[in-house]
Amino acid sequence: MSLLEVKALSVRYGEHLIVDDVSFALEEGRWLMLIGPNGAGKSTIVNAVSRSAPYTGEIRFRGRDIRRYRSTELARNLGILSQHHSVGYAFTVEEVVRLGRYSYAPGIFSRRSDADEVSVAEALRLTGLTDLAGQSVLTLSGGELQRTFLAQLFAQDPQVLILDEPTNHLDLVFQRETFALIRAWLEIPGRGVISVVHDLSLARAYGTDALLLHRGRAVAGGEIGEVFTPGHLNAVYDMDVADWMRQMLSQWQ
Amino acid sequence: MRPDPGVREEGAAAPSSAMPALRREGFGPGAYLAFAGVMVCTMILCVCAGSVSIPVRDTVRVIAAAVLGREIPAVSARSIILSVRLPRVLCVALTGAALSLCGAAMQGLLKNPLADGSTLGVSSGASLGAALAIALEITLPGIPFAGTMVMAMLFAFLSLILILSLAYRLDFSLSTNTIILIGVIYSMFISSVLSLVIAFAGDHLKSITYWTMGSLAGSSYKNALVLLTALGLCGAVIVCHARELNAFAIGEDNARHIGVNVKRVKLTVMITVSVLIGVCVSIGGTIAFVGLVTPHMVRMITGPNHKRILPASLFGGATFLMLCDLLARILFNPVELPIGVVTSFIGAILFVVIFYQSRRAHA
Repeated sequence: MSLLEVKALSVRYGEHLIVDDVSFALEEGRWLMLIGPNGAGKSTIVNAVSRSAPYTGEIRFRGRDIRRYRSTELARNLGILSQHHSVGYAFTVEEVVRLGRYSYAPGIFSRRSDADEVSVAEALRLTGLTDLAGQSVLTLSGGELQRTFLAQLFAQDPQVLILDEPTNHLDLVFQRETFALIRAWLEIPGRGVISVVHDLSLARAYGTDALLLHRGRAVAGGEIGEVFTPGHLNAVYDMDVADWMRQMLSQWQ
Repeated sequence: MRPDPGVREEGAAAPSSAMPALRREGFGPGAYLAFAGVMVCTMILCVCAGSVSIPVRDTVRVIAAAVLGREIPAVSARSIILSVRLPRVLCVALTGAALSLCGAAMQGLLKNPLADGSTLGVSSGASLGAALAIALEITLPGIPFAGTMVMAMLFAFLSLILILSLAYRLDFSLSTNTIILIGVIYSMFISSVLSLVIAFAGDHLKSITYWTMGSLAGSSYKNALVLLTALGLCGAVIVCHARELNAFAIGEDNARHIGVNVKRVKLTVMITVSVLIGVCVSIGGTIAFVGLVTPHMVRMITGPNHKRILPASLFGGATFLMLCDLLARILFNPVELPIGVVTSFIGAILFVVIFYQSRRAHA
């Protein structure tokens, strides 16, 4: 059974068909890259899977329709990182990260458990935020805010990560560290990752599978090597992608 | 991190043997004592001060005797204390606490420091209902103020349903901007209808106009009991949602991602708030800006965590409104101002300050 299975997914915003009959599956231990130009429908797929957008078709987690999961149950299994973050009030980094533990004890009289404390501390450490734990999120840089929500996701400790541009706002060092962190996270059995990534080199280096999208439709899907062919990429991006990559690289030689 | 490949069941990660950590986000008993102390002192001050000054000692003795059921000392001011000032001060305190709690909840839910019960349009809706009850002389037999209260609650509910269904139609996700925009437009619409009602009110013109400015003069213990019951029930529901409100205050999408049942929580909080506002409006009229001012001042002390803001708003709101009522009574003695005039005066200035600050923070 696939971890996550998407069948004939369509999302419509008013008149516009943003995602048109897309199907794919995520298997255990795999890292699926959602690739495509702006407006291809990548984030909309993430929104549908996180139940933030109305959709038609089927999305199943371990064989069960995600609409039949309770909110907390789904959160313990699927962790979502959005593309944009804005916080309205001066919460501390730790308060935001700690909310990642909500789904483990959502009750009114729930007290913090040791597992919560360990999880939060570990998430802060992994993302390099331990020293910023007491700082207001309103004073953070874009990258620090991105890491705060990444830490919240690690505290949430789900089985599948769905990351919409996880390296948004991150500098080169943190881009590399974040991807290495996710790869290490993925080594534990039963896990899987789906991420929207614009940097094709990063996608190719870390992904095991890819789904190439263009104007809401899936152009190609499967093992990353089979999807990343000049034929597919050049058609979707309307340029010679490999040649552009080589040009970029040649500046460093 | 566990190598557990199965679907996670309810409470799967709560180790029962672990000692619960004792760090808390809410207040300790000391803080509650301090809050209650300040509130009680304000209450005594408000009972003592007024057109006739009453010594603190007499006030405390009379109230203590009445509360403990002992024989009430023969102090000259005892009827002023027990039948005029105390019921009024109690009603003012309860109304302040209720409106502030509603404001704090709405500001968290909508992630907007300018949100207030009135932002939803619920206050306006409730006031239209109550004004209609006064103009059309709708009463329920037995309880004199039940007509206005039922109408106010009914209209608060109707407003909520209307606003929510409009919002759903425009925007499936019920985003903050949609709701605030619809709330503002709805309030304008209601105020025009209210003017119409006032124009045709005839004999009731004066009482409706005075009432729309908000007044708790002439409150009774019966009013206080109704307020206390509503606050007890609705307040408990709101306080129990402190963690969810924290999640909403960080962002609605984030709340959904961490497992909050977004629609259910939103609906629960909104309905609770509208009931509480309906009760307050029917008793004291529209007392604007209390729900805006108190949570803002409280937040500067407690930070944004609702486990602290909500209880602090209860005490803070009671204290704030009692002081406003005191000002309304003594400022131009013997002329008494409607309490809504005082709160609106303070609130409007603070609104501009908050707006300016939040603009600057986003610049």
